[in-house]
Amino acid sequence: MLNPIKLAFNEAKKNKRPALLTYTVAGDSSKKQSLEILESISEYVDLLEIGVPHNTPVADGGQIQTSAYRAIKNGIKMNDIFKIVKDFKKNKNSKPVILMGYYNMIYQYGENNFLKDCKKTGVNGLIIVDLPWPENKVFSKKCKKSSIDFIQLISPTTSKKRLKSIIKDSHNMIYYISMLSTTGGKLKVSPREILNNYNKIKKIDPKKNCVVGFGITEKTISKFKNTDGLVVGSQICKEITRSLNNRQNPVINVSKMVYKLRKKIS
Amino acid sequence: MILKKKIPVIDQVNRLGFWGGKFGGNFVPETLKKPIEDLEIQFNKLKKDKNFIKERNKYFHEWIGVPTRFIKLENLTKHIGGAEIWSKVVSDANGGAHKIYNATVHCLLAKRSGKKVIIGDTGAGYAGKMLSMAAKKFGLKCKIFMGAKDIERQQPNVRAMKKNGADVIPVYSGSQTLVDAVSECMRYWVAHCDTTAMCVGSTVGPAIFVRICGWSTSQISRELKIQLISEFGTIPKKLKLYNCVGGGSSSFGFWNEFMDYDKKQVEFIGVEAGGPAKSKKHAAPLTYGSKIGILHGAAQYVNQNSDGQIEETESISAGLDYPGISPLHCFLKDTKRARYTAASDEEALKAYQLVTKYENLRPSLEPSHAFSVAIKESKKFSKETIVVINSCGDAYKDKKILEKKLGKKYVKSN
Repeated sequence: MLNPIKLAFNEAKKNKRPALLTYTVAGDSSKKQSLEILESISEYVDLLEIGVPHNTPVADGGQIQTSAYRAIKNGIKMNDIFKIVKDFKKNKNSKPVILMGYYNMIYQYGENNFLKDCKKTGVNGLIIVDLPWPENKVFSKKCKKSSIDFIQLISPTTSKKRLKSIIKDSHNMIYYISMLSTTGGKLKVSPREILNNYNKIKKIDPKKNCVVGFGITEKTISKFKNTDGLVVGSQICKEITRSLNNRQNPVINVSKMVYKLRKKIS
Repeated sequence: MILKKKIPVIDQVNRLGFWGGKFGGNFVPETLKKPIEDLEIQFNKLKKDKNFIKERNKYFHEWIGVPTRFIKLENLTKHIGGAEIWSKVVSDANGGAHKIYNATVHCLLAKRSGKKVIIGDTGAGYAGKMLSMAAKKFGLKCKIFMGAKDIERQQPNVRAMKKNGADVIPVYSGSQTLVDAVSECMRYWVAHCDTTAMCVGSTVGPAIFVRICGWSTSQISRELKIQLISEFGTIPKKLKLYNCVGGGSSSFGFWNEFMDYDKKQVEFIGVEAGGPAKSKKHAAPLTYGSKIGILHGAAQYVNQNSDGQIEETESISAGLDYPGISPLHCFLKDTKRARYTAASDEEALKAYQLVTKYENLRPSLEPSHAFSVAIKESKKFSKETIVVINSCGDAYKDKKILEKKLGKKYVKSN
């Protein structure tokens, strides 16, 4: 069987567009609603990143922090997150799911236990923000054994030597952090420079699917059409907050936004 | 797990930055890998560089004003009637606390690497105040991240930071205390690490910050060793070193030079913040057996729930109000080199009252925790036992809390 993450990228490539990846926080603003959001946007999205909220995040900006605190306040637990994934995966039009979070949550759950439940519920990939290479060597091997993609992160500060080693140890997908920023920052470097760095990664191994994240919004997304994939996170979290503040339905509003994002790269 | 002799504890890390194979490390976003590696290379080189040591010593002597006093607390000793009670008055240091050592070293490093801005976190406000002082001294721009709750309760230090020209950035996320200030500071560094140096205010954070801070505060025990020998002719046969432990920078620095002595001769006692007597919340992960977790880039014992969310702490002293603890102290606990216990808010206040009643010394709420346990235990010790408490901060910053808890009259008369 082909790897679902790889398949999703192939599908997008067939249609000559980058894959669209969204990031939403599990349990934001409630368990039920976060599942509804996933279900309603799935149609327009190629891969879904689901954030595991953590209360001492060292790389998240205000928007995602707000979402994460909201989810934690509403009592989201690791078991609930797996339940959300499982329920989402029951749908016919579900897409590959990537859990994204901080290592302590996995550490407390137990690495093996965590991977077992990932497999059971249908998680396809993992992004661990604070488990860089080479610290992630052992765990990423474990992931591979469980047929779960461990997604390596690369940033503008990554040295050439590291770049090669990280790509060598990566699985199907690589995540390029577009700029020095926490999530949700304004794009402070030119798209040209970002694409330049992106191409350097692709040159080392063209077969790996490389997505670009951080600073990707409705405004900027169309400038990155020549990539394998694009991640939108903070803008969606912001839309949930805005909807709640205006007493509107976040499910409908987020769905509309994601539809527009998809249009811009199709 | 083995604590080796003749190798500085800060250097007893493996290739990935772990003490004892499991405490510390570098759990950081990819973006920070490069600046951390740069800092490691710089520090490892400079700590062997005679000129750099000379420069550091020069500022320590001329600017910080080392050595700080080592004094006998005659009246307290008489009142307690057990061990001889002494204090290392580290609050004599320029700025009024031990945080000045680490701040100075970080500014020296930042200067050498050509950085123009330095950022730092603060809880009680001391780390921030000292960093703002050092930044001013060395011509660096300075930004201090501080929990909104701490800004409220530690106003004198906030005013000092502003006076030194630092930007004090209030942090409103989470519990609005030190833990959130450190997170926010690290986030800022993620976004600005190309131009900005970061100073972590204690022996916490990614391994290199633990090492730099421990190396800097060790000045305290270097002095104490000389002072003990000049006072007693030798290192006393029964020496007990009491120190409060929040992140753990002052206690590590207070103990480091005595690491190789048998613990029967030189015992280390770390006192954590037990929080209000009636509250279940505390800031004492070592005393109350918290599990190992990851906080601010390092594996350590940390207060957390079963899912791995970091738990809120509670303590009257902002400087100890941290859910985690230095990997160095986790290592010293598991190798049984140091003993850890806790004092409650009330016990710390009581100790403050007792010390200020008998002595011309005004320890801040943080060392008052250490005084509390030291006083209690000293009663049971022989007269030959030498008890030394690190008075690592001055109570000036706690005026507001002390007035509220003990009454205006009491504070004024002291």
